[in-house]
Amino acid sequence: MKKLSFIMVAVFFLISASLAAASTLEEVQKRDVVQCGVSTGLPGFSNPDEKGNWTGLDVDACRAVAAAVLHNADKVKFIPLTAKERFTALQSGEIDILSRNTTWTLTRDTSLGLNFTHTDYYDGQGFMVSKKLGIKSAKELNGAAICIQAGTTTELNLADYFKENKMKYEAVVFDTSDQTVKGFEAGRCDVLTSDQSQLYGLRIKLAKPDDAVVLPEIISKEPLGPVVRQGDDGWFNIVKWSLFAMINAEEMGISSKNVDEMKKSTNPNVRRLLGLEGIKGKGMNLSDDWAYQIIKQVGNYGEVFERNVGAGSPLKIKRGINALWNKGGIQYAPPIR
Amino acid sequence: MIVHTPHPNLPPPSTSVGIIGWIRKNLFSSPLNSVLTLCALYIIFKYVPPMIRWTLLDANWAGSTRDACTNDGACWVFIKVRFHQFMFGFYPASEYWRVILAFGLIGALIAYLLIERTPKKSWVAAFTIFVYPIIAFFLFYGGLGLPVVETYKWGGLMLTLILATIGMFFALPFGIILALGRRSSMPIPKALSVVFIELWRGVPLITVLFMSSVMLPLFMPEELRIDKLARALIGISLFQSAYMAEVIRGGLQALPKGQMEAADALGLSYRQAMSLIILPQALKTVIPGIVNTFIELFKDTTLVLIIGLMDLLSIVQSAFADPKWLGFSVEGYVFAGLLYWIFCFSMSQYSQRLERKLHTGHKR
Repeated sequence: MKKLSFIMVAVFFLISASLAAASTLEEVQKRDVVQCGVSTGLPGFSNPDEKGNWTGLDVDACRAVAAAVLHNADKVKFIPLTAKERFTALQSGEIDILSRNTTWTLTRDTSLGLNFTHTDYYDGQGFMVSKKLGIKSAKELNGAAICIQAGTTTELNLADYFKENKMKYEAVVFDTSDQTVKGFEAGRCDVLTSDQSQLYGLRIKLAKPDDAVVLPEIISKEPLGPVVRQGDDGWFNIVKWSLFAMINAEEMGISSKNVDEMKKSTNPNVRRLLGLEGIKGKGMNLSDDWAYQIIKQVGNYGEVFERNVGAGSPLKIKRGINALWNKGGIQYAPPIR
Repeated sequence: MIVHTPHPNLPPPSTSVGIIGWIRKNLFSSPLNSVLTLCALYIIFKYVPPMIRWTLLDANWAGSTRDACTNDGACWVFIKVRFHQFMFGFYPASEYWRVILAFGLIGALIAYLLIERTPKKSWVAAFTIFVYPIIAFFLFYGGLGLPVVETYKWGGLMLTLILATIGMFFALPFGIILALGRRSSMPIPKALSVVFIELWRGVPLITVLFMSSVMLPLFMPEELRIDKLARALIGISLFQSAYMAEVIRGGLQALPKGQMEAADALGLSYRQAMSLIILPQALKTVIPGIVNTFIELFKDTTLVLIIGLMDLLSIVQSAFADPKWLGFSVEGYVFAGLLYWIFCFSMSQYSQRLERKLHTGHKR
């Protein structure tokens, strides 16, 4: 595998010269559609709904960029990608943005010719226990039987965490996530561990979802966010600031519902975000109302979160560390000025 | 004169005819068979009624949300709500007629060719092979006044059928050419055929698809970008023709040498000998093998899910990820499995009919 990725990197550098020549922004504008790589189906992040429209947090990150660049959030071509081919699709120019629950790590950021823009979801490995055990914290899990999916980094993180806290556990390993849920339901284990964003999805699959709780602890860092090709800073900025605009909008209380009213606001921060004064869209070669279009068509970060994975969705994931920095979380965006 | 009238035949003993006789003969003929029968009956009674209850009696059919699924059985509402998506993928609903027309047309053409004694078969066959693919391309993809539907929107059963039919369409002729090439006495065609066959047979289909999807785009200049579906189709076609070639070569080898010698003695050219004497017999012998390869190909199309093409299986799987419909994977897999079974079973039934029809006493 190492050898393969080395070859891929080498090949990438060979062709990167030709890729850097054309600006992604110009290409997208000429094509009149943003090409966005998403997962083939991950609840709340990217999945086709009943009518065949893609929905989810990852999907909305791309729709925001389309709203900013093309003034139409629906001008996105969603290309489902498997985990293995996602980076190639971006490197080869098949997609403009990779928004596919991809964890930001040093290796990926530095050796694949890619740039991570910003984190739109802070994920991490968590635990789900049945309510009747009365457990409130992961620290109380000493001696527990833990259901886990085989061959994932989850296994490694779990071992590290228990070793560090000098606790013992018994792993009950399953092949697929569906089997893991069945095992948990049948009482083969007291605890089920997986990435927290997925735990909520697994919880719905239980016969009685209310009998299980997700513990607050997160034992690993999995920051997820959109990725772009290295070497096109203009495009990198657009994707990054599209996210920042959504986060800033939430902080200022601008939502898709009140954005038109907010245009009358006298608050200079709001006016700068909505493109009424200040730098507007100049630095990114976008129209002045780029952020307005994002908020109007896609919504602010809070709306996007609640709609796809939060209280407004069946998943009901709590904001947790994904809350804004001034509300107990770590979502923070640089100011627009 | 004494006329001997034989006593009329007595009816066979009641234990050897009728239902009892059949049961005795087929189910309880020996102690071992009796035990096996009882075991089988136990398994049937234990598992079949709950299965029927789950799939039919206790199943939920009405409604359009997951709340409608109140019974314990299967929730077919999930399939109902997404039926169009499972059939057509992300193809726009207003253009469904194009897909239906294209498949209806090929269905009609094939039916015409299969029904015996229809007139002008060769013309229809030529139309099917040379003209239909062009019509189908414009219907599926668009152009000539029809709005373009790009291939990333194709999916579901439609994509599975496209992958399978195009694969079969190319695999058979290529396979025949490769098989003849491999048996040829000319060194260069022989070497090329051998290398091609061994190369493609030596790698798993997953590798072929993976290379076509992951490695190939990196080697190609940016301007020259071949569609992902087209890449997968080329991969599948080449891969399957290698397998087909070996099946057909088996048929060629089964023919006695005398057939070719007789053709030579009659003064037939190579082409005449092949098309009139050798290939009809060889292909007839290997019908089970050819159909086997086709069925395998049909099922192998599911492998495209590793390169993110939304065929029937992978679109069903992606539907599992809808937060509104989490937890209905069993229904989805049962539905997909049933569809695959229907197609594969029809193919095998047709091949059996074909074998009976072409039966000329060559097999025992």
